[in-house]
Amino acid sequence: MAIKTNTELDARIQECTACLQSKIDGSNGKRAVVLCGGTGCLSSHSDEIREKFETIIKAKGLEDKVTVNQVGCFGFCSQGPFVKIFPEDTLYRLVKTEDVEEIVETDLIKGEVVERLLYVEPSSGAKVQKQEDINFYKKQKRIALHGCGLINPEDINEAMGAGAFQGIKRALSMDPKDVIDEVLASGLRGRGGAGFPTGRKWSFAYANAADQKYVVCNGDEGDPGAFMDRSILEGNPFAVIEGMMIAGYAIGASEGYFYVRAEYPIAVRRLRIAIDQMKELGILGKNIMGSNFSFEANIRLGAGAFVCGEETALLNSIEGQRGMPRPRPPFPAVKGLWQKPTVVNNVETLACVPYILREGAADFASVGTEKSKGTKVFALGGKVNNVGLVEVPMGTTLRELVYDIGGGIPGNKEFKAIQTGGPSGGCLTKEFLDEPIDFDNLVAKGSMMGSGGAIVMDEDNCMVNIAKFYMEFICDESCGKCSPCRIGTKRMLEILTRITDGKGTMQDLDELEQLSNAVKNNSLCALGQTSSNPIVSTLTHFRDEYIAHIVDKRCPAGVCKHLMRYKIEPDSCWGCGLCARQCPVNAITVTDYTAPGKKKPAMSIDAQKCIKCGMCIASCRFNAITKA
Amino acid sequence: MAKINEAAMKKINDICDRYINEKTPLMMILSDIQKEYGYIPIEVQEIVSERTGISVAEIYGVVTFYSFFSLKPKGKYIIGCCLGTACYVKGAQQIIDKFSEILKVGPGETTEDGLFTIDALRCIGACGIAPAVTINGTVYPKMTVDQVAGVIEQYRSMEA
Repeated sequence: MAIKTNTELDARIQECTACLQSKIDGSNGKRAVVLCGGTGCLSSHSDEIREKFETIIKAKGLEDKVTVNQVGCFGFCSQGPFVKIFPEDTLYRLVKTEDVEEIVETDLIKGEVVERLLYVEPSSGAKVQKQEDINFYKKQKRIALHGCGLINPEDINEAMGAGAFQGIKRALSMDPKDVIDEVLASGLRGRGGAGFPTGRKWSFAYANAADQKYVVCNGDEGDPGAFMDRSILEGNPFAVIEGMMIAGYAIGASEGYFYVRAEYPIAVRRLRIAIDQMKELGILGKNIMGSNFSFEANIRLGAGAFVCGEETALLNSIEGQRGMPRPRPPFPAVKGLWQKPTVVNNVETLACVPYILREGAADFASVGTEKSKGTKVFALGGKVNNVGLVEVPMGTTLRELVYDIGGGIPGNKEFKAIQTGGPSGGCLTKEFLDEPIDFDNLVAKGSMMGSGGAIVMDEDNCMVNIAKFYMEFICDESCGKCSPCRIGTKRMLEILTRITDGKGTMQDLDELEQLSNAVKNNSLCALGQTSSNPIVSTLTHFRDEYIAHIVDKRCPAGVCKHLMRYKIEPDSCWGCGLCARQCPVNAITVTDYTAPGKKKPAMSIDAQKCIKCGMCIASCRFNAITKA
Repeated sequence: MAKINEAAMKKINDICDRYINEKTPLMMILSDIQKEYGYIPIEVQEIVSERTGISVAEIYGVVTFYSFFSLKPKGKYIIGCCLGTACYVKGAQQIIDKFSEILKVGPGETTEDGLFTIDALRCIGACGIAPAVTINGTVYPKMTVDQVAGVIEQYRSMEA
């Protein structure tokens, strides 16, 4: 039944809030099994686990006492799949289908905790029962991820139970200009990378009169290592649609487009379901909740082009063309989609908007630093113990991110750098660990926020190789429209390849620096303008590694294949010959040296024949083979 | 290239007609055709051009721009190795190299028996379970080099 008035909406929200609350605190007389349904956990069979719960609960006749629910991403992906039991709020991690029976028997029937499935804090070895007590979650604050991991992302009633549509309700009671002022006052800046104030963007589009305007949601999350937009769309699509509607109301647009990567099928499906449910309830469509405001939301899929994350390239892609950027000005706020004034906002940005309208600008602005308000979601990955999605207040330090939340580096290895901002960003080294994270500070320190990828690197990562990796990516994804980017990135990649192949010269470093500047200053869009950032930042902080590759013909991290040497330590070798049998090119032979205390002569590798495949290291049981 | 039969022609025209009310339908038409047939050869582009009035040059330009669209048929099983940063620093390159070594084709290529295509993927956003491999939509989390041969065998045995 469609909702036509505010009173009806309020009644419905009240009902849904009570319903969700009673599920969490158990006052509905039932216990709730909650499973993560994000991409990470689904690939670890959380859907099979759910089915098994349903089957067993049915078989034991517990249907009246226990409900089984799928929710969005918990964020702590490396410990998934997760199963949570309400009202006790017990969190089980790394659950397998085989564990279901035990959880049902021990927890659901006997009311005891299954100790072995609890999270163990790596620092203290203590078992933790509740999510909020885990260090990974302690410093987090969820604004953009609100509702993720709590509500069923395919059920509008649960979304309303968690605050949905109170933002659009309040917006509709205000003048559009006041809505923009509210967002300006909140200090919200674009979460897609550049950090442009969202309210200002809206006010430009507001000021341009036109018969038709558009809101476009940029869900073409392309930065390798970033997956917050995916998780938000999978975990609470309603918030993003609501944010888009508020933007539409503020600037005077009646139509919106979601541009989502085709690689995100679950996100697209849940977005479709959410749009349909909102239409059915009269929250999307004509004369929303009895007002004069009408809004339609459409979905367009990307087709695998990184450059489409650039807003003008994205607009060209929606228009059915090659996704190449347009020269600016005119900016999209003047001439955007089909030449009409258009606001393009990132998924995370739009997800913050309902919160701002619901809780007020002051509440949002009370979090964060002076010029960067609110929170930022980071996709913490790479060489860190707790891999996952974390939302922290702006101003959190890198150390808190890597050590308190991330739990430090696996194997007690040495922290080398944290890479933020993906292929457009840079590396921050140990001496920056205590720097607070916000838009301006990261730029000042030679990196950038980007969309929020944060990849931790340890002593085993070669920084020249990392720079080459990003340049390969950019070179491949350069759309080819402007020559500085098309040719410049190719030349930079060639130089980096020379260096990692051991054929570089010191002059190459000067050329890299010159090219970096030329591409930065002359490219048409951000893809080219920022493409040299990984080079510049690794050259600044790790010049010695470049020099080791060039002068000593050595890769200190032992990554660059052409510079690698495998060696058998004769005194550690037992002469078992396993490595020689594994070697695909017969490069390993017996020597005439037998180490003291060993019975057979040691083996040795012929560097001329060695193809550096690593089979010998993998097979050696005595750690006698080294690479450097 | 085999001549396109009438059923396929009708199907392609039907796909074009699905989006008749859209202002700029080309991307959606091409996505549907790619999904239906696995590739979009020039003959199919000509049919789309005829139906929509968009020039073949423009269609060809779009098809070759996006990595999701392919001019050549792909294998029955598409092995997508994520080479995003998180997967890369956890050894994704060694994983894709191993697939190439066993299947004797490089990334972007298809095995002679038409069974497997290896694709190097941009970050698929599954960084929490890096390195990740997807085969026809099934995600294999935390892949290791040692598992590669077994995974290939599993698909081969389904064909035997």
